[in-house]
Amino acid sequence: MTKLAQWLWALALLGSAWAALTVGALGLELPSPCREVLWPLPAYLLVAAGCYALGTVGYRVATFHDCEDAALELQNQIQEARADLARRGLRF
Amino acid sequence: MASMEAGVTPAKSRREPEGRPSARDKYSVLLPTYNERENLPLIVWLLVKCFSESGFNYEIIIIDDGSPDGTRDVAEQLEKIYGSDKILLRPREKKLGLGTAYIHGMKHATGNYIIIMDADLSHHPKFIPEFIRKQKESNFDIVSGTRYKGNGGVYGWDLKRKIISRGANFVTQILLRPGASDLTGSFRLYKKEVLQKLIEKCVSKGYVFQMEMIIRARQLNYTIGEVPISFVDRVYGESKLGGNEIVSFLKGLLTLFATT
Ligand SMILES: Nc1nc2c(ncn2[C@@H]2O[C@H](COP(=O)(O)OP(=O)(O)OP(=O)(O)O)[C@@H](O)[C@H]2O)c(=O)[nH]1
Ligand SMILES: [Mg+2]
Repeated sequence: MTKLAQWLWALALLGSAWAALTVGALGLELPSPCREVLWPLPAYLLVAAGCYALGTVGYRVATFHDCEDAALELQNQIQEARADLARRGLRF
Repeated sequence: MASMEAGVTPAKSRREPEGRPSARDKYSVLLPTYNERENLPLIVWLLVKCFSESGFNYEIIIIDDGSPDGTRDVAEQLEKIYGSDKILLRPREKKLGLGTAYIHGMKHATGNYIIIMDADLSHHPKFIPEFIRKQKESNFDIVSGTRYKGNGGVYGWDLKRKIISRGANFVTQILLRPGASDLTGSFRLYKKEVLQKLIEKCVSKGYVFQMEMIIRARQLNYTIGEVPISFVDRVYGESKLGGNEIVSFLKGLLTLFATT
């Protein structure tokens, strides 16, 4: 099964469970406070997922390592390499 | 599901004995170049230094695609300096793209391991011994460098590029669950037969090619190890990937999402 198919299956499954419970199909009558919570649940989940995504990406951007040391080390090695290669007769 | 699609599991069936003498292993480094006149001597120097210090058996295969800046001339000089058993020139007449450059280079590789890296100094050879150690640790089929884990990171990226990179990575992880943290990086070590098999399977180009390699690897039940790397943005020369990078990345991502 492709990843797309997996997503569609999962969404269809969750979606139909939600629909069945909110409209009270299959003789499943939930008490009305429950139904009131259930009805806007997909919207809440969507917002929560969005917040999670933004939060995670934001955190990862903020904690993305800046490799200053690596850049400095490379600069020094470039000087060294240039000198050594010139000594071996490389014409740049 | 992946194992069903793969049918047979090629990698697992021929486990090599652990602790094999490394004298029998040879590492072929593939360096595709296009207009890397300034970078090529530096990266080769660093590679030679790294391999002579660590003592692994190696060869460097330079695949230049007829760069107009004279990369080939520098490559020939390097071949003279370091010897044609260490530096192998396998140029092509014109720019034919990265994916085919790897295939072309691999045809001439004599090592049993292949290391793929960029020639623009973004990938530092000092990580290669770590790749090799990691590979030996669990006999991994692939070891991938990662900018997104542990001590990995980048240098020279502005905020916008960081956001795009992290955002793209997040979406990819959610949609594809690839089992590796850095999909678009191209600093990797492969067992030769694994790379051969993967390249046969891969159809996409550019960034997406690197991504597809990992996805296919997972489908074929190959094992992937990861080593954190620092990625230093190129100092010399120009990036070859144009402005429509993001569009082609998204296209590739969705294609993989719908087809794998
Ligand atoms: N042989 C060959 N090499 C190429 C070709 N395109 C790119 N390369 C090389 O592949 C490596 C990666 O290309 P880059 O232009 O650095 O791409 P990138 O790393 O995604 O982009 P930047 O590092 O941001 O510039 C470099 O060593 C290039 O010289 C090509 O068509 N043929
Ligand atoms: Mg680069």
